[in-house]
Amino acid sequence: MSLQSGLHNSSSNFAADYHASKEEINQYLTFFLDGEEYGVDILGVQEIRGWEKPTIIPNSPDYVKGVVNLRGTIVPIVDLRIRFSIESKPYGPLTVVIVLTVKDNEGRCKVVGIVVDAVSDVYDIETAKIKKPPEVDQQLGNEYISGLYNVDNKMIILLEINKLLSRATSIADFDKQ
Amino acid sequence: MATILAVDDSASMRQMVSFTLQGAGHKVIEAEDGVIAYDLAMKTNNVDLVLSDVNMPNMDGLQLIKALRSTENYKFTPMLMLTTESTKEKKMEGKAAGATGWIVKPFNPEQLLLTINKVIG
Amino acid sequence: MAVDISQFHEMFFEECADGLETMETGLLHLSSNGENIEIINDIFRAAHSIKGGAGTFGFQGITEFTHDLETLLDLVREGKREITSEMTEVMLKSVDCLRVMLSELKNKQSPDYSEAQKITVELKRILDQGAKLPAEHNSNTSELTDKTSKNKSVWHIKFKPHPEMLKSGNEPYRIIKELSDLGTLKTIVNTDDLLEYDKIDITECYISWEFFLEGSHVDKDKLEDVFEWVIDESDVVLFQIDVVDENNLSDALAEHEELKEPIINSIDSVDFDITNHNPVLRLDTKADNQKSTDSKSIRVNIEKVDALINMVGEMVITQSMLSQLSKELSSDRYHDVIAGLAQLAANTRELQETVMSLRMMPISFAFNRFPRLIRDLGNQLNKKVNLIISGEQTELDKTVMEKLSDPLTHLIRNAMDHGMETTEERRACGKPEEGSIELKAYYEGGSVVIKVSDDGRGLNVDKIRRKAISAGIIREDDILSNEEIQELILRPGFSTADQISDLSGRGVGLDVVKQNIRELNGSLDLMSTPMHGTSFTIRLPLTLAIVEGQLIRVKDSIYVIPLISISESLQMDVSRINCIAGGMDLYRLRNDNIPVVYLEKIFNHPSADSDQASQSMMIVVESNDKKLGLVVDELLDQQQVVIKSLESNYQSVKGISGATILGDGTVAMICDIHDIFTMSIMSITKVDNVFELESLSGKNKAA
Repeated sequence: MSLQSGLHNSSSNFAADYHASKEEINQYLTFFLDGEEYGVDILGVQEIRGWEKPTIIPNSPDYVKGVVNLRGTIVPIVDLRIRFSIESKPYGPLTVVIVLTVKDNEGRCKVVGIVVDAVSDVYDIETAKIKKPPEVDQQLGNEYISGLYNVDNKMIILLEINKLLSRATSIADFDKQ
Repeated sequence: MATILAVDDSASMRQMVSFTLQGAGHKVIEAEDGVIAYDLAMKTNNVDLVLSDVNMPNMDGLQLIKALRSTENYKFTPMLMLTTESTKEKKMEGKAAGATGWIVKPFNPEQLLLTINKVIG
Repeated sequence: MAVDISQFHEMFFEECADGLETMETGLLHLSSNGENIEIINDIFRAAHSIKGGAGTFGFQGITEFTHDLETLLDLVREGKREITSEMTEVMLKSVDCLRVMLSELKNKQSPDYSEAQKITVELKRILDQGAKLPAEHNSNTSELTDKTSKNKSVWHIKFKPHPEMLKSGNEPYRIIKELSDLGTLKTIVNTDDLLEYDKIDITECYISWEFFLEGSHVDKDKLEDVFEWVIDESDVVLFQIDVVDENNLSDALAEHEELKEPIINSIDSVDFDITNHNPVLRLDTKADNQKSTDSKSIRVNIEKVDALINMVGEMVITQSMLSQLSKELSSDRYHDVIAGLAQLAANTRELQETVMSLRMMPISFAFNRFPRLIRDLGNQLNKKVNLIISGEQTELDKTVMEKLSDPLTHLIRNAMDHGMETTEERRACGKPEEGSIELKAYYEGGSVVIKVSDDGRGLNVDKIRRKAISAGIIREDDILSNEEIQELILRPGFSTADQISDLSGRGVGLDVVKQNIRELNGSLDLMSTPMHGTSFTIRLPLTLAIVEGQLIRVKDSIYVIPLISISESLQMDVSRINCIAGGMDLYRLRNDNIPVVYLEKIFNHPSADSDQASQSMMIVVESNDKKLGLVVDELLDQQQVVIKSLESNYQSVKGISGATILGDGTVAMICDIHDIFTMSIMSITKVDNVFELESLSGKNKAA
């Protein structure tokens, strides 16, 4: 499993969007969540960490567990299970947090950690082979899925990570109350 | 390798002049008006060349040159006015005050060096 | 050796900014107070500097534009023209134009010269109006039939320095050397005028020379250049000898007469009247004018300062980590380590204060554009307004001030446009014809407070209410207090302007102002009395990065409360709590009844166990003359904390001003007391709409 290209690279998923050409191959890091395998563009992956108890943010959505100190930077932690309305698992030494760089609604770069069940692998995925997502998806809603990919008899759900986390990273509405 | 006194109320000009002349191996003393320049010239007593802007607060370039000319040490020291005005009148004024000559602004570093070298080369 | 002068550009732009400010302030002063020679000189010098620098650094367009401005100013300062209001207007416009163009250049854009061209036309018109200027005298060149040589030319040069030439620092040696660089030089020395040895004045020159210079590319201009500086203190004669070929050089020389008309001479110089413009020669180094003699300041690159501040922030964290670790040390060297750490803490604190102060600047920098703005707007809108500024020496962080500029401008424009009545209206209500806008800055607690108040017509509550209903912001049957209605104007898209004036009321409104201030971790409040006026109060934290905090524990979370907001801490006496209608708790604190706030409630803590009994400590906090009691489980340390942004990766959170990293590496939230006040009021008014907090806390509304 090679994460070299993704680590220490804070360029956002914009790079992935830019390659419109169908001959393009992009690398995706995949992880498990409640039995399903999801993938994110590896260019957005900053690092993979274990779980540490975050500090609660007052009045935050339930899927935002809080913030942690990542070498001096304050980073929010999002539990994807709760975000996807799946029953949450208790956190422990085996819990994995993937730290991503995403873009908020104003295009600013933000660092966010997502709690997943386990990390899977890195795949080279040809853009041409990515399938469009189906019309309706109960859990996620299509805006978060950038496509589906078949490999080794399984299906990987590729996530549009900026949109998925935008409500965590972007400035809230005028009336916060 | 000469000691040059560069006087101009514009810091960017002073920097440019300093940088250029130091690059050619000279020592540069900076002052932002005539009063400070006079003071420094009196203190160091070994300035080989004075480059001075004309329009400055407190004591302008011409007054500076005139004042320095009346001292023992600087009677014959080359003193050049750095001036934007190239009219005959201004040149005469400068001469009357005792200026050796002038360099017309704007000038580029190369022009500055060429002129300096003529005088102290 | 090529020197790259673009490295000096930034400094030049900064100087231009200073110069333009000098010009603007000076011009404003002139227009209201009349002619003042010193100020005119200052303005001239500034323009001259800008023009000169622009030329040096290659910004031709700026040089050309500034030229006419400078010419006009020169005439005024020489007393040849009188300064008129028409002139000051055009000059002020020029200043604005220069600002824009220089800013475009600074951003490496091509400046738009269209405005400059228009202004130039006006400037030229004004220049032409005045007395006819004598045409500029260039170095005189008599008409000369230039014998262009086909092959080489030989120049015969006669050079006789006047005795006093040496006194101008010009050395014949230099001139001779320059000539020799142009070609082959043959020199004949003439010592006829040399006096006897004992009669010689060594400061005078008695020697003269004759040269024969042969070279290609030697023309009259080049030779004139060589003698340019000494032309008035010497006699120079140039003869050009045509040489068809080298063989007849000697013949040519023989034929050539010595006394041809001098090509260059300096007759004209005698006629010129040399006036010394500045008769006062100040050799006194203790100058009255302190402006530039003592340079107690240096220019520092702002990025370096920011880097320093970050480093100090990290240092504070490290120091607190060490403090933490030291508690677990064995006792042997414990005391030494503790002493060392205390020393480190003191050093850090001092360093930090000094570094923070580097970025502090008086708010006058932000205020100083407003006299001009008010003047222009007053003219445009036909309203007479007097601007009163106080507290302009109040210092605040440079970046904060820069970001404050736009919101402040908007508030002032607002006051001028909407707040101020016209002269007739004011007369009709018995108010003085001249309205006033007050701009005040002062410190309060750990904040800088900036107040913009006008004595205009105040906010029309009914109008606002109606507009809010039609905009769907509130419902017809919503009950709101007058203050709440007034606060509605801070909502997005709100504008009750009857016509969208050019100035404000485009819907880019007060909500943007409020947002800008929020982003500075500040707050915006307003107060208005119909017929009497409106005031906006901006409150900003003084130090962006570090705060003295009281650590507290609520359940298993640690929070930091800025010490500056804490008025006192006490153990709660449950008997002093009164539950009143609407679910609000009040605590009887001496003569006051202060509202009680449970942090876990307003922060919506997931309550593991709602054990009210364990909550025994109350911290009384203060903001805007109001008090509140925060109930917490435990009081922990007091320490300095470095504020880390929540917004950089998350968003801003109401009630929280930022986060910090504690000694053990965990994150703690820093409470925003002002927000907490707002949040607790909201929770009250949700339950019972008619509830005035002020009267219950026993204090009157602050004026």
